[in-house]
Amino acid sequence: MNKDSLLALKKSTPARIGVGRTGTRPLTKDFLLLRIDHAAAVDTVYGEVSAKLLDQFNLFTVDTCFETKERYLTRPDLGRIFAEDAQALILEKCVKRPVVQIVISDGLSSNAIEENLRDVYPTLLDSLESYNLTTGTPFFVRGGRVACMDVIGELLEPEAFILLIGERPGLVCAHSLSAYMCYRPRVGTKESDRMVISNIHQRGTTPIEAAAHMGTMIHKMLEQKTSGVSLVI
Amino acid sequence: MYKKITLLGNIYQFHSLKEIMAKANEERSGDILAGISAENMKERMAAKTILADLPLSDFRNYPLLSPEEDEVSRVIEEGMDTEVYKKIKNWTVAELREYILDESHESNDLLTIGRGLTSEMIAAVAKLMSNLDLIQAASKIEVITHCNTEVGHKGVLAARAQPNHPSDNLLGMRASLYEALSYGAGDAVIGINPVIDTTNNIYGLLCETKEVMEQFAIPTQNCVLSHVTSQMRAIEKGAPADLIFQSLAGTQAGNESFGISVSMLEEASALIFEKGTAKGSNRWYFETGQGSELSANAHFDIDQVTLEARCYGLAKKFQPFLLNTVVGFIGPEYLYDSKQVTRAGLEDHFMGKMHGLPMGVDVCYTNHMKADQNDMENLSTLLATAGVNYVIGVPMADDCMLNYQSLSYHDIATLRSVFRLRPVAEFEKWMEKYGILEDGKLGLAAGDPTLFMNRA
Repeated sequence: MNKDSLLALKKSTPARIGVGRTGTRPLTKDFLLLRIDHAAAVDTVYGEVSAKLLDQFNLFTVDTCFETKERYLTRPDLGRIFAEDAQALILEKCVKRPVVQIVISDGLSSNAIEENLRDVYPTLLDSLESYNLTTGTPFFVRGGRVACMDVIGELLEPEAFILLIGERPGLVCAHSLSAYMCYRPRVGTKESDRMVISNIHQRGTTPIEAAAHMGTMIHKMLEQKTSGVSLVI
Repeated sequence: MYKKITLLGNIYQFHSLKEIMAKANEERSGDILAGISAENMKERMAAKTILADLPLSDFRNYPLLSPEEDEVSRVIEEGMDTEVYKKIKNWTVAELREYILDESHESNDLLTIGRGLTSEMIAAVAKLMSNLDLIQAASKIEVITHCNTEVGHKGVLAARAQPNHPSDNLLGMRASLYEALSYGAGDAVIGINPVIDTTNNIYGLLCETKEVMEQFAIPTQNCVLSHVTSQMRAIEKGAPADLIFQSLAGTQAGNESFGISVSMLEEASALIFEKGTAKGSNRWYFETGQGSELSANAHFDIDQVTLEARCYGLAKKFQPFLLNTVVGFIGPEYLYDSKQVTRAGLEDHFMGKMHGLPMGVDVCYTNHMKADQNDMENLSTLLATAGVNYVIGVPMADDCMLNYQSLSYHDIATLRSVFRLRPVAEFEKWMEKYGILEDGKLGLAAGDPTLFMNRA
């Protein structure tokens, strides 16, 4: 095998090529690498966001109706709704009718929050402040799905909503974050009204870059009083 | 339809054929999510017991989704050979199972019977079959299709090379394709999932894959798996496409969520036969997978095995060159773990073959599903014994664009080696010419993607 040629090929794609073989099987180190990356991806699905991180940003925790990880994975509908006591807690702790409501959720990757929140959250607050936009009371939703913002929207009636949520992990990156944004989300909001910045992590869209972009998008939503396909950016 | 049965001291009542069909399924999370699954194992067995005694004519007399309200139902109804059906309409589902498994009934007998069955009848019999039943039955059926080359002969295991790239970079795509070719993957098709669904990008990818095929005289076919309309625009502009692709759902509403209709597929069919670059009589490549109708809320409370069979009823009309279920792609809310994925893979393969389709399987899983690479290796060996036409390969099983895992090129070479299966005949000769295959084993050049860098 020509080493220079192989290097040129490998540089052109993140695919696991040029790995070689023993008989029909891969070499041990490549086989183990694949399993290591899979292990990281699986562990982040089943992992928990640390109390320390949540305390650092004064985030209280509310559970959706998911109950267990197994049920979270098989019943996405339960990750969109809250039991009565959880709803009462949100109403008790949060400012009503904020301009911007920020919610953080583990979703399918607790590591996405662990790895990115420290960078993304303060920058996001700065970015919103630069547009003179005020925020409500932020909190953490354990076991959330994207549309949980609709129920929270019903309860708190924000003008605009930002949900930072962990993405389904891949092997290349198991801690990628998404930011879903919506103008006045309420129960029955169409998926096409939501906007998303995905692939937020150090080697994708960087947390700082993403946070600045979120501020701009929220500003435009509030200016144009809409979001989704009809928003002009 | 109302049926009642006493089983193990309990009375079980069912109020529709739809309910019997759903509750007779082996357990899967998608049916539970839809709220149509059996409550427990005994109710599941009660449903299976009732299903076994139903005559095939019941499935036409009590349609789950009538041809008047759904165009997929119309295609299935029109595609049925009524002469064959008349001869077997009084058979029960149990009798159909036993006919299929009888050793004196071979490939042609099963394909003939299959022409007289609706997709719902084929789904029904699959619900009465064990995993080994599904393997035994499918292994008898030979479905050969013809594009540039022929796929489906007994003793052949073909593979799709899937050289995806996260930004559709042509050099990166080529690099990944060279790796595939160096292991002997790509005889079914060189098929790329593009990131960017624009005419120019599809055009570029079709030209590039065709150029590789011509440069190295590779006997295979190319395809870019974008939405059918963007492929049509690229082909209209003169892009070289051997196959045209589309994902299918088992209901009209499901297909509408994919942005397609039967008339659109007919239009695409006419175009690929007029302007496609292949010679053969099969020019379609379809993908399906259990759960897609429910995810689009287009399932009408029909179970996901039956809906999957209906995809095959629709596909049959277009005589595809390739059709594969992407069995574990959809996620744990539809197929929770490796047990459910394994079952679905075997069901889909059998049901497709009973429809006379050239079934392949994308043996795959996502990272939030309770499965790992060992489970895929297991399922691939089951499918190899069942005579699957082709499987899908990506570098080291990891698709760096779609973020899921399938089989590796190593796995395909291993399956061929362990089960003494061969690549497609012309492709095998091509592999020998490049030293990738020697005396039926991987040759010295195998596994070296640089093989294609300085040769023309």
